[in-house]
Amino acid sequence: MSIPTRTEIELGRSHFKDANARVRTALETADEVVLSDVNAQRYLGCALPASKRLSIYGTPGNDLGCYMDGGTVEVFGDGQDQVGNTMNNGTITIHGRCGDATGYALRGGTILVRDNCGWRAGINMKQYEDRCPAIVIGGNAGAFLGEYMAGGVIVLAGCAGDYVGSGMHGGIIYVRQPLEEERIMNGLIQEAVDTKDEPLLNELLTAYDSAFANEAPPLSLSDTPWYRLRPATARPYSSMYAH
Amino acid sequence: MFDCVLPRYKVLRDAQSCVGCDICITSCSNGVHRRDKTTEQLVADPKRCVNCQRCVVMCPTTAIAITRWPQVDSGSSQWTLEVMQDIAKQSQTGGVLLSSMGNPEPYPIYWDHLLLNASQVTNPSIDPLREPMETRVFLGSRPEILKVNERAHRVIEQLPPQLALDVPIMFSAMSFGSISLNAQKALALAARELGTFFNTGEGGMHRDLEPFANHAFVQVASGRFGVDAHYLNTAAAIEIKIGQGAKPGIGGHLPGEKVNSEVSRTRMIPEGTDALSPAPHHDIYSIEDLRQLVFSVKEATGYRKPVAVKIAAVHNAAAIASGMARTGADIIVVDGFRGGTGAAPKRIRDNVGIPIELALAAIDQRLRDEGIRSTVSLVAGGSIRNAADVVRAIALGADACTIASAALIAIGCHQCRDCGSGRCNWGIATQNPELEQRLDPEEAAERIVNLVHAWTREVQEMMGGMGINAIDSLRGNRLMLRGVGLNEKELDILGIQHAGE
Amino acid sequence: MARKTIPREGETRIPSGCAIAGIIDRSGQRHDGTAILESIALMHDRSNGLGGGFAAYGIYPDYAQLYAFHIMYENRDARAATEAYLERYYLCEKQERIPTEEHPAIKNPPDIWRYFMAPHPMRLAASGLDEAEYTMQHVFHINSSIPGAFVASSGKDMGVFKGVGYPEDIGAFYRIGDYDAWAWTAHGRFPTNTPGWWGGAHPFTLLNWSIVHNGEISSYDANRRYVEQFGYDCELQTDTEVITYLFDLLARRHGFSQQMAAHIMAAPSWREIDAMEPDRAAFETALRTVYGSALVNGPFSVILGSEEGLLALNDRLKLRALMAAEKGSMVYLASEQAAIEAVCPDAENMHSIEGGVPFVVQRDDVARRKAVEASENRAVRDWPLEHEVGVQPRRRREV
Repeated sequence: MSIPTRTEIELGRSHFKDANARVRTALETADEVVLSDVNAQRYLGCALPASKRLSIYGTPGNDLGCYMDGGTVEVFGDGQDQVGNTMNNGTITIHGRCGDATGYALRGGTILVRDNCGWRAGINMKQYEDRCPAIVIGGNAGAFLGEYMAGGVIVLAGCAGDYVGSGMHGGIIYVRQPLEEERIMNGLIQEAVDTKDEPLLNELLTAYDSAFANEAPPLSLSDTPWYRLRPATARPYSSMYAH
Repeated sequence: MFDCVLPRYKVLRDAQSCVGCDICITSCSNGVHRRDKTTEQLVADPKRCVNCQRCVVMCPTTAIAITRWPQVDSGSSQWTLEVMQDIAKQSQTGGVLLSSMGNPEPYPIYWDHLLLNASQVTNPSIDPLREPMETRVFLGSRPEILKVNERAHRVIEQLPPQLALDVPIMFSAMSFGSISLNAQKALALAARELGTFFNTGEGGMHRDLEPFANHAFVQVASGRFGVDAHYLNTAAAIEIKIGQGAKPGIGGHLPGEKVNSEVSRTRMIPEGTDALSPAPHHDIYSIEDLRQLVFSVKEATGYRKPVAVKIAAVHNAAAIASGMARTGADIIVVDGFRGGTGAAPKRIRDNVGIPIELALAAIDQRLRDEGIRSTVSLVAGGSIRNAADVVRAIALGADACTIASAALIAIGCHQCRDCGSGRCNWGIATQNPELEQRLDPEEAAERIVNLVHAWTREVQEMMGGMGINAIDSLRGNRLMLRGVGLNEKELDILGIQHAGE
Repeated sequence: MARKTIPREGETRIPSGCAIAGIIDRSGQRHDGTAILESIALMHDRSNGLGGGFAAYGIYPDYAQLYAFHIMYENRDARAATEAYLERYYLCEKQERIPTEEHPAIKNPPDIWRYFMAPHPMRLAASGLDEAEYTMQHVFHINSSIPGAFVASSGKDMGVFKGVGYPEDIGAFYRIGDYDAWAWTAHGRFPTNTPGWWGGAHPFTLLNWSIVHNGEISSYDANRRYVEQFGYDCELQTDTEVITYLFDLLARRHGFSQQMAAHIMAAPSWREIDAMEPDRAAFETALRTVYGSALVNGPFSVILGSEEGLLALNDRLKLRALMAAEKGSMVYLASEQAAIEAVCPDAENMHSIEGGVPFVVQRDDVARRKAVEASENRAVRDWPLEHEVGVQPRRRREV
């Protein structure tokens, strides 16, 4: 077995076009690229394929890991907006917080966020065939979490904002703090998790814990019960129209 | 609740011609025709008829005709039969009225107020049958100044990626889901034959279409259906869909019953769920965010593909387009308010947006006022009906036009505006396998190719008449247009003079 | 009852036909205007007495470094306003009324003056423009904003003599036999109306460019709307004007050779391009893609005059006639062969200008210089401003 090769690049204030070109060139030979002094360069990890890894120190720009295709991105710091935009597969781990629309249109892979998330995390997430994307948020989430959600799983350990799962018609949102009755959107059902949730939920909680060991309180050891939010129907708007 | 909704159409059957072959029964997926159980006579249920005219065409003895329901209206020009029927439907269902295809309301059609010029004496017309007449168009962004080595005959700085079109006509976006795979195949086959491009729409690219990918635009819309690196890199060009002329400002909604296993796999969503496209892109809340998405697509495709951005023609289209040109978009696509759709709320379709003629003229002029028209390509669509409209659009300033309704009409669409039902008898707007196989992609492609060839010849005739032998010289050449029956303001916006001036 | 005023150039678009001619001595030796006058006079029937004119290069050797403005005034106020304007922006070395001779066929001539000037150095520096751009802007301003004033020419060591009448009468009126030039062009006009405006006669000029042109182009508005993006005001709405601006844009601003500019304006067809070897095809494709709106369509034959020499161009379908011949260092151009033979009976190498193939006649010294110059086009905006070089470059100091 060959030893994974590793390259380091300091991005500084370079423009995203130049930065991404350098990263792509480095990835042609290296399995892992370590980026230091990252300052808002967009699209890092764009379409990153399986078996490739980016480690990022600093603050990566918007659209981190967009169209990612199986690669691994780890940010030792905070993420900005649209982390994992339209991501296909792979893992993004954020040792900090991230911004709005995290995991927009996510259709595969996992995003682990140690702390809080901005508004509209997991918006328009979907799943098909064997792909089931997941977002695990250790902190709080802004409003419209899982808006338009058509599939996949969101796990939220902290507090949810308003309009959770608005327009949701697929997938599951697990929350540790159940929503007050009046905050549950029409068409959603909130109920305690049962045994068939456990394998997946535990898998995700364990993934979070191992990613953030010694950084955040472990989620899997807590005995606080979890709740799930699911749509009552896959066709929430089917009776809205007249022909 | 009793039903106040009247039939819209009446089925006339000529008893003398009818041979009782029952083809009308098998033609109709809406179940209009049947044999009466007791009398065994052929009867029709007018309420089910949508006027798709499949039975009319298929009847071997031409025994069937469809007419308007003969009910007289109230006599009021305010409370017309249609207005009252809409109220009846909504009071019975509480539903948002849904309809399809383009805005049918009698708004001005500016195309019909634009007359074309021809040469007489002071310069010659050109005969396209015997002299060269160039219709090739390139789409993409360009530098204002090209750097070359004149002696070596070489370009020093390569151009950004360009698309070559042999004809200035492309097919606008129609997604798999809203139309059948056979309809998409017909468009793909035709695009390849014609040397132009079709557009997968926002529903992903079915694997059967990949052989045609170098003639395909793929779309990135707010729902991001089927969008991944492979999809982006397979296509010839990428179109970011911000809006559609038929339904500006709202998202898409493909009902779950159309999401069968093939649609599900292509869109990359679960089978049977509604495919919802959000109203906005949730990563674009401002013009600088569009730049972010444009460059995300460019990064994902290594800057090898032109990126188009499509907007619906709305009030502020000129300023928006100018902003778009500055985001790095290579092609600006504008869709007028008469453009078609697989389904849209009727009130939106009929009341939102502006005519493409005015939007196009305003955008072209604005880009010129800012000195950036030559650095970006401009494509107009939404209501192009014939070759004369193509010529008018190019003379107003478009590089190329898109057609969709016309292409569908070529393969059987009769504009019944019932696409949303999924029961299209012509095999176009349906995912029902039985209905879909009524559409033979090869034959349908031949019809589309014929149509575009005929239009191209007509475009060439009109250009020749003007004394123009390359479409480059028609683009933005508004002196070739004169208005009839237009007021000063309209002439001013269109940037043309009145006939006789 | 007062007659309605007939719109003049600029108020409406007036198609016209014409005769054109050009004579150049490549050695740079100068000749008076009798030959060009004789040549254009032979083509009398191609014009209708509503416009004629001449452009001459090398006529002001004593003032060769100064801009020579030929300005027509319709009234005294126009002259006062123009001179006050010029005084602000230029330092004038000499000004005088252009000598003319009464001629029975020439009616109501304007008051015609010439000025030899240099841009006001402070104002030029403050404008951020180079000399040529600065001068162009002021010519545009006078022509569009001072009623009754029209700048007929604005180049260096060259000038235009034009007006309403047959070209041979215009030539006599201006006494062009008294001027010596190394290059002459001439124009006899056949406009389709009777505006009787001297400014509307040809050649049309801008800076050192002068254009005589025959034919009505069909791409006019496409070309106009293209160049107007870059600050060219098509005030006169004439083909000649827009063709001049295209040459100025491509050759002066974008840095192409005149030949390449002409090649862009009469680009090869796609059929020809598709048959080329791939790199050459890519080059031609890029030119057409970027400069499609600079393609000039419809019938035209053009003689472009400049400090470099003459360039003749026919449209790519060759819908207009233009002949060329030579004798020693002389080259002759004319719409009709006989107009060349009339002034040079033993002219050699008589041939027609091919469709879409620029025919370039450079002065020998220019040709020698061009042969060793770099062949990459360099846009004028990428050059340092000439008047700043060596003066004290801004924000750059040697340590």
